[in-house]
Amino acid sequence: MSMSNLQRVFASGAFAVTGELGPPKSAERKKIEHHAHLLKECVDAVNLTDNQTAIVRTSSIACGRILIEEGLDPVIQITCRDRNRIAIQSDVLGAVALGMKNVLCLQGDHANFGNEPSAKNVNDLDSMNLIQSLRRMRDEQLFIGGEKLEAPIDLFIGAVENPFADPFEYRAYRLAKKVEAGADFIQTQAIFDMDRFELWMEKVRQLGIHKKVPIMAGVIPIKSLGAARYMKNNVSGMIVPDEIIDRIKAAENKKEEGVKLCVEMIKHLKTVEGVAGVHIMAVAWEEIVPEITERAGLLPRPKFD
Amino acid sequence: MIVAERKPLSEIIKAVAPFEKVLVLGCGECVTVCMAGGDKEVKETAAAMAIARKKAGKTLVVKTQTVERQCEFEYLESVRKLVEEADVVVSLACGVGIQTMNMHYAEVQTLPGVNTTFMGLPLRQGVWVENCLGCGNCVLEETVGICPIARCSKSMLNGPCGGSQDGKCEVSKETECGWHLIVERMMKFDKLSALSEVKPPKDWATSHSGGPRKMVREDVKL
Repeated sequence: MSMSNLQRVFASGAFAVTGELGPPKSAERKKIEHHAHLLKECVDAVNLTDNQTAIVRTSSIACGRILIEEGLDPVIQITCRDRNRIAIQSDVLGAVALGMKNVLCLQGDHANFGNEPSAKNVNDLDSMNLIQSLRRMRDEQLFIGGEKLEAPIDLFIGAVENPFADPFEYRAYRLAKKVEAGADFIQTQAIFDMDRFELWMEKVRQLGIHKKVPIMAGVIPIKSLGAARYMKNNVSGMIVPDEIIDRIKAAENKKEEGVKLCVEMIKHLKTVEGVAGVHIMAVAWEEIVPEITERAGLLPRPKFD
Repeated sequence: MIVAERKPLSEIIKAVAPFEKVLVLGCGECVTVCMAGGDKEVKETAAAMAIARKKAGKTLVVKTQTVERQCEFEYLESVRKLVEEADVVVSLACGVGIQTMNMHYAEVQTLPGVNTTFMGLPLRQGVWVENCLGCGNCVLEETVGICPIARCSKSMLNGPCGGSQDGKCEVSKETECGWHLIVERMMKFDKLSALSEVKPPKDWATSHSGGPRKMVREDVKL
C-alpha cells in the first residue's frame, strides 16, 4: 500500500515538519482552504484537531478530506472523549475510505474545559487502547470485538506524549508503552521548558525509543504576552517558564520575539539526538508558519513523485 | 458507603405543595453517617416544611420517622401505618431506599429528599470523595489499591493522561490525579514495571453500560 507523504519524509531520513489546523466553529470550507493554503508548501502534513479543548468544531475527518482535495497530507486527530469504540472504528474506516492514512491517537481534554461542559465524557477506550486497537485493525484485520474486517486497511498511527506532565519519572516509560501498543510516530506537547524536554529525551534515548519510531518535538510560536500567560496558566499539562514570559514582556516587538524564540527552538531541536522533526502548532496564527519554517532553514520541503 | 446530600429545602417544599399529610422518612444507614438523611435531618426537613406551610397560611400534617435500613423490604413494614395515613412520603434515603419504598408501598408516592451523589468515603469531617463506580470487574489488585476507573476523570487503564500536573487532575486543582497516586504507590512497592503491560479495552458490559444489573445467587436463594 502507498505511503502517506509524512511516512515518505520519515523514510527519506529528512527532518520532518508538521503543522496544525484547528477546524472552525462553522461549516465554512473557505476558512479551512485558506489555512491549508498558508501551510501547504512549508509542512509535510497537517494535524486536524478533534474538537480541541472540548470545543465543538467541524469534524477533523471532514476537514481531512478538504485538505486532500487541496493537495495536503492530513493527520486526523482522534480523541477518546466523544466516541465509543463503535463510533471510533466506524469513523476510522470512513477516514480511510476518504483517502486518509495518518491518524493521531489522543485521550482528549475533559469536556469541562469546553463549550459543552454538561456533555457525557465517553472514554470507552483510553489512548493506549486506541493505538492498540488501530494496529489490530491494520495488522490483524480485526475489530476490537474480534470480528474480522471485510478487507484490509492501511494506517500510519501516531501517538502523543507530554514531557511536561507528571509524574515526570513515568513519562518516558509511558511513551515506550505507546510504541509497544503500536504507535508508528510520536508528536510531543509544545516545548517551552527546553531543559525538561532534554532530560526527558535523555530517558527516551536510554530506553531506545527514538530508534524504533520518529519523534517530533512540538513547538508553538508565541503571538503575544497574553497568549504566553494564557498557556502558562490555563492550558492543562503545559509549562511556560518565567524566563520566556519575561523575554516576551521585555521585547518591543512581541510578535517578532515570539517568532525568533520559535526559530531558535527549532534550530536547537534539530541538534537534539532522537528528534526526527518538529510539529508546529500555530493554531490561529497559521500565516506565520511560512516565515518560521523559512527562518529555521526547513524549506523547501522534500517532494516525492 | 453511599454518599448523598439533601436537596435544597425550597425544592422539597415545592414538591410537597399539593399534599396535606406528609411523612418524612429517614434511613439509619449511610445517609445518617453522611448527615444527609438521618433522624436529625428528617426533623429539620419536617420543621422547615411546617414553617413554610404556616407562612403560606395553609395546613400541613407532617410526621417523621427513621427506619433502620430503607433499602430492604423487611425494614419497611414497621412504618406501614404512617405511610397509609400520609398523602405522600418524602424519603431522605439514597436513591435505592427511595425506590424500595416506591416498590413496597406502590399505592403511595415516595419523593426524593436527597440527591444521591456517589459511593465513597469521608476523607475528614465534612469532606467525602468518590472512590468506586461499581463497574463490576475490580482491577484494584493491578493498581495497588487505587481505582483508575473512579479516581481518574477519564477512567484510563494505562497510566496518566497529559493533563496531570503536580499530582492534580486537569479537571480541577482540587482533584487529585488518581494515576499520579497509583504511580507513586507502585514505586513504593517496587511494582512500576507492571505498568508497562498494555491493558486491553475494558469490558464495560459488567458496568451499567450493559443495562440495569441483576445478581442471582442460587446458593443463597430460599
